Amino acid sequence: MSEKITIETKVLSENDRLAAEIRRTLGDKHILSLNLVSSPGSGKTSLLERTLGALGSTLRMALIAGDVQTENDANRLTKAGGNVVRPIVTGGACHLDASMVTRALAGIDLDRIDVLFIENVGNLVCPSSYDLGEDMKIVLISTTEGDDKPLKYPAMFRRSSVLVINKIDLIGLSDFDIRRAESNALAINGGLKVFEISCRRGDGLAAWYEWLIQQAAIKEAARHKPENRNECADFQGQNIPA
Amino acid sequence: MHELRIAQAVIDIVEHETTRRQLKTVTAVGIRVGALSGVHPDALSFSFEAATVDTSLAEAKLIIEQLAAKGQCRSCGNEFAVEEFVFLCPSCGSHEVEVTQGEELDVAYLIGE
Repeated sequence: MSEKITIETKVLSENDRLAAEIRRTLGDKHILSLNLVSSPGSGKTSLLERTLGALGSTLRMALIAGDVQTENDANRLTKAGGNVVRPIVTGGACHLDASMVTRALAGIDLDRIDVLFIENVGNLVCPSSYDLGEDMKIVLISTTEGDDKPLKYPAMFRRSSVLVINKIDLIGLSDFDIRRAESNALAINGGLKVFEISCRRGDGLAAWYEWLIQQAAIKEAARHKPENRNECADFQGQNIPA
Repeated sequence: MHELRIAQAVIDIVEHETTRRQLKTVTAVGIRVGALSGVHPDALSFSFEAATVDTSLAEAKLIIEQLAAKGQCRSCGNEFAVEEFVFLCPSCGSHEVEVTQGEELDVAYLIGE
C-alpha cells in the first residue's frame, strides 16, 4: 500500500554538513576565509596576485585555486609569491564543493595561516548553491561585462558580502555604467560593501588591502573574547583563561 | 552539468531513506525548489531521468514544487513577494530585507511502500 513518507531533508545536506565542519575548524583557528566568485575573466586571479604581492609580509595567506581544467591559476599565484597554494582541478564540475575544499585543506598547516582565499570556478550560477564553509563570498564583476550582471545572477549577489568592480581603467571603452551596476547590485543586496578597482593599474587596491587587514584583525581579536574562554573549562567547570 | 550533481544528491538521499525505512519501491519523489536556489526545475527533471536510467528509481516520478521569492522588511515589517529579484521593500524602500521564502532545495517526501 503506497504511502507518502515525509523526508524533509535539504538536498545539499551532505555538502552543508562538510561546510559546517570547515567553518568550525577555520573558526577555531581564527582564520578569515573568503570565497571569490565571478564570471570567467573578471579578475579573481589578478586580484589575488596583487594581494599576495602587497600583503605577503603582513598577512599569512593560503590559497585554494579551483578550475575545471589546468592548474594555471594556482601556478600564477605561486609565482606571485603565494607559498601555500593548493590547486583543485574539478575535471568537469562547474563549481567547488565542501568535499573538495576539505581535501585541499588537509595539506595546509592551519596554525600558520591568517587568511584563506578560495578562488572558485569562474561561474556566477552554480557556486552560489554550494557553501564552502567560508566567512564571506566576494563577488567580482568587471567593466567589460554588462552593468545588469547583478540582476541576471541575483542568487550569487544576494549571498555575497562584498562586490569588487574590476577593470575601472577601461571605463568608457564599453557601455558599462558603473553607477548603474552598483545600484543594480544594491537593489539585489543592500548590504554589499563595494570596491572599485583596477588590478592592472592599481586603482582602488589600497582600500581593498586595508579592509582585508581589518577583517583579519577582527577575526584574530575574537580569539581573546571572554566567551572563548569556555573552551578551556576544567572538569570542575571553572574557567581557565585562554 | 550542475543539475546532474543536484539530481545525484537527491538520488543519494532517496537511496539512504529507502534502506533506512526498508522500502520496497519508490514511485515518486517530492522536491521543493525555491526561485533563489540556483536550480532550474526543468533541468533537474531531465537530469533525474538521465541519472536513474536502469536503476531501481527508473520509474520514479520527480514532483517539483516551485517556491517564489518572498521577503520581509526588517525596517517596517512589510511582507511581500519579491519581484524580479529586487530586494527593496515596496512599502518603505528599505534594503533591510530578510528572505522568508525562495532559497529552498529540499527532498520533501517520498511516495512508496
